[in-house]
Amino acid sequence: MMALLVIVIIGTITLLAEIFNFKKVIYPLSLIGILLALGMNIKEWNNNFSWRYSDNMVMYDNLALAFSSVLLITVFLWLMMSKNYFNDETSIIEHTSLVLYSLVGAMLLVGFNNLVTLFLGIEILSIPMYVLAASNKKNILSNEAGFKYLIMGSFASGFLLFGIALLYGASGSFNLSDVQLALSTDIVPKFAYAGIIMILIALAFKVSIAPFHFWTPDVYEGSPIVITALMSTIVKTSVFVAIMKLFLWYFYPAYNHYVEVISILILISLVISNFSALKQQNTKRLLAFSSISHASIMMLLIISDVRNSSTVNALLYYTFAYSIASITSFAVIHFVAKDKDEQINVLKGLMYKHPFLAISLMIALLSMAGIPITAGFFAKYYVLSQLMVSGYKWMIIVAILASILGVVYYLKMVLAMFENDKKSENIAIQLSRNEWLVIVISVLLLVVAGIYPDIIAYTFKQ
Amino acid sequence: MIGNILILLPLIGFFVLLMPAFKESARRAALFFVGTEFLLSLIAYGLNLTDGNSIFLKSDYNWINAINAHWHLHVTGVSLVLAILNAIVFVLIFLSVDKNQYGENENVFYALGLLMQMAMMGVFLTRDAFSFYIFWELSLIPIYLIGLKWGENNKEKITLKFFLYTFIGSLFMLAGFIYLYHHTALLNEKGIRSWDMLDFYEAGKLLTPTQQTVIFWMIFLGFAVKIPVFPFHSWQPDTYTAMPVQGTMMLSGVMLKMGLYGLMFWLVPVLPAALKEWQSFLLLLSLIGVIYASLSALVQHDFKRLLAYASMAHVGMISAGILSNTRQGWDGASTQMFAHGIYVTGLFYVVHLFEKHTGTREIGKLGGIRNLNGQFSNLFLIILLGSIALPLTHGFVGEFLIIVGLSKVSLSWAILASSSVILGAVYMLRSYQKMMLGDVVKTNYTFGALENKDKWSLFLIVACIIFLGIYPQALNMFSTLTIQSILK
Repeated sequence: MMALLVIVIIGTITLLAEIFNFKKVIYPLSLIGILLALGMNIKEWNNNFSWRYSDNMVMYDNLALAFSSVLLITVFLWLMMSKNYFNDETSIIEHTSLVLYSLVGAMLLVGFNNLVTLFLGIEILSIPMYVLAASNKKNILSNEAGFKYLIMGSFASGFLLFGIALLYGASGSFNLSDVQLALSTDIVPKFAYAGIIMILIALAFKVSIAPFHFWTPDVYEGSPIVITALMSTIVKTSVFVAIMKLFLWYFYPAYNHYVEVISILILISLVISNFSALKQQNTKRLLAFSSISHASIMMLLIISDVRNSSTVNALLYYTFAYSIASITSFAVIHFVAKDKDEQINVLKGLMYKHPFLAISLMIALLSMAGIPITAGFFAKYYVLSQLMVSGYKWMIIVAILASILGVVYYLKMVLAMFENDKKSENIAIQLSRNEWLVIVISVLLLVVAGIYPDIIAYTFKQ
Repeated sequence: MIGNILILLPLIGFFVLLMPAFKESARRAALFFVGTEFLLSLIAYGLNLTDGNSIFLKSDYNWINAINAHWHLHVTGVSLVLAILNAIVFVLIFLSVDKNQYGENENVFYALGLLMQMAMMGVFLTRDAFSFYIFWELSLIPIYLIGLKWGENNKEKITLKFFLYTFIGSLFMLAGFIYLYHHTALLNEKGIRSWDMLDFYEAGKLLTPTQQTVIFWMIFLGFAVKIPVFPFHSWQPDTYTAMPVQGTMMLSGVMLKMGLYGLMFWLVPVLPAALKEWQSFLLLLSLIGVIYASLSALVQHDFKRLLAYASMAHVGMISAGILSNTRQGWDGASTQMFAHGIYVTGLFYVVHLFEKHTGTREIGKLGGIRNLNGQFSNLFLIILLGSIALPLTHGFVGEFLIIVGLSKVSLSWAILASSSVILGAVYMLRSYQKMMLGDVVKTNYTFGALENKDKWSLFLIVACIIFLGIYPQALNMFSTLTIQSILK
């Protein structure tokens, strides 16, 4: 809980920088703030904090602490990789505070216990994202991305509100324990189920599950690449915690009413995302479709129908592995492409120009493809083994076939790095100390978590 | 204990060789690591002579508590034989590398080779299905990168195909393993699941016949692609040809033994009922593979590609021996695995020497080399005779035992197998005749004296082939014990 407050305070302080003229320190300040928040999280472990003054709207139990730590680590690495995004004197304040506020939304979302906090979390997370997506003001694509994201996101928020309203009508309370109680009685009105489906649609939009994924490739492509990296990590992590809490625990009494809907959504998105990714020539679009594919694999946890610590562990591990691999791959592409268009061609010959970056990107991509000994393998393994005891065993085969397609398009990028490109040999890539550090840390995290997964996947014991 | 060292030493070598400081002395450092590894494998052999169950040969730690996966190694029996093979083949591979063959990034090649040796060592030594899978998959990455970086024409497409084929196979294998893992919960009252080899043997017997069949084919797919068994082989000739020759040695010398070893210890004893039901079909596939590959080898112009098909024919025999599920068949298979590892490495070594001295490996462009370098052609002849299983070579012992094993199943299998062996003699002797005998073809090449390292490597190979041909018991005495304990 203190972590959330620390980030809010840091975010507010950065807004004052213009007045008191300390723009230079806000970048290090936000790094320190995140480390401080991380320390708070460790200190509060096992405290089970809950905000009693307001009907337990926010509940910072171990689950929230663990996931908010993943968010904080991700944003810390992200800040390190995107330092030059904060170099522009005129917009540094807006950029920093928007990023920090969207982090606040994400952290609220992992600790909600109330439909109102759910809505607040989603909105605080999304609204800064709309602005950030359009933050490359002079680029028409970035403007389009922000606009598109705003319009589509507002629709999703509408759905979310409508769903919340219906649930409120059925249960008479915003508190999720009361909603659960109401759902488990026989006399619950049927429109409550409609409400659940509407919330599902809104959240599926946020994590880009097909058929609500159409914004993803365009927004990912149009936004500045660092924002794409942020979008694909913290939004997914936090919203998936919300999805897990709602659809595995709080809405459990109505489980049979929506589990088939979810399974169909997963099936559609596994097929669409992996087949579409095969044809992409732009790395950002490719990673957009890959993120849809990852989202649908995480969604498999919901239909596994297992409600114990192993599900939480699996999601924690998956979000961690996915976030770090995403940060690494976006970082490498960002360093290589600089201001150019991020076509796959920019990676050509990287193995010969800068082997360190090439190997790092390769490890990240292999992790996303789920090849041992990287973290991505265990992530997929834990999810699929949860499914092994459920009624959706056939989905494992689909997921395996989808992963094979995944290998094809991830290896396409690896192949590009090995291609000998004589023409652009003379363009040297130089990394600052920060950039070295972020790549080294995240690759180490990927490999260490891959060799000894217990450090994350054993967080919650039985 | 010694298993840990056998796995960790190449891994340390991998990191050491990646350091820029070792760029200059990469070759010496790499040879030091594989040489020490070889000595260690001999120490393991010595320990086995005194007591196969000594604590120095075993290690067992918890690895991943969340899924009860262990780090469980035991260096004995067939595992020991293959560990020695792995160690010796890598010495030969690294010796065969010439100056400047891999350009300025030579150290990366050695590092990847050591990583591969480490992964394959793990596959052979582990007794835990989960780490088996991890090592299995890990071994794919270095060889893929070697092919991608130093391969020949059209390498991108061919290596991708290779990667996808084996990856698809092993994913199905993993799914089968996970299914068995969930069934090990039925073995004890607490419902604790385990990845242990012996628990898998018990759990496999609890499955219904239909389940056994499905799981059998899922796991078989993983091994069959790697070996390769007949309809899953189409990646193999291209990949063997496109790899740099040292990569081909790694693939054929050791890597395909992973598939055979898996078939032997991770499939046949796990699901014996399913094997019984499908045995005739599987034997048929293996022997079709032998005949198909031998016939394809007959018409090849490229000696390397010919050897790719020859290797496929030989492993078809080995897999037939394993699938016969008899003690003799298994003894033969374990003998033949070692023998094949040695002579196929030798044959690809010869290909390398052809390319180095004459610049070509087309059978039609070569001829009369015997007149230019008698020593080389004698060594080549012995290796070649070893590969067609002449008596007094190691290959003969293996092939003989396999055929005996097959005759226990049915005499007709034995007849089919032994007649297909003759084809091997045809293409091998014919290509020897064309390349080595006759007049020197009127192209401007010479075939000077062999370098010392090449000469001694070939001597080592020849010594292995002949010594083990006369005294196969040196290795068999360990593998027989394991085989007896499994096929009671």
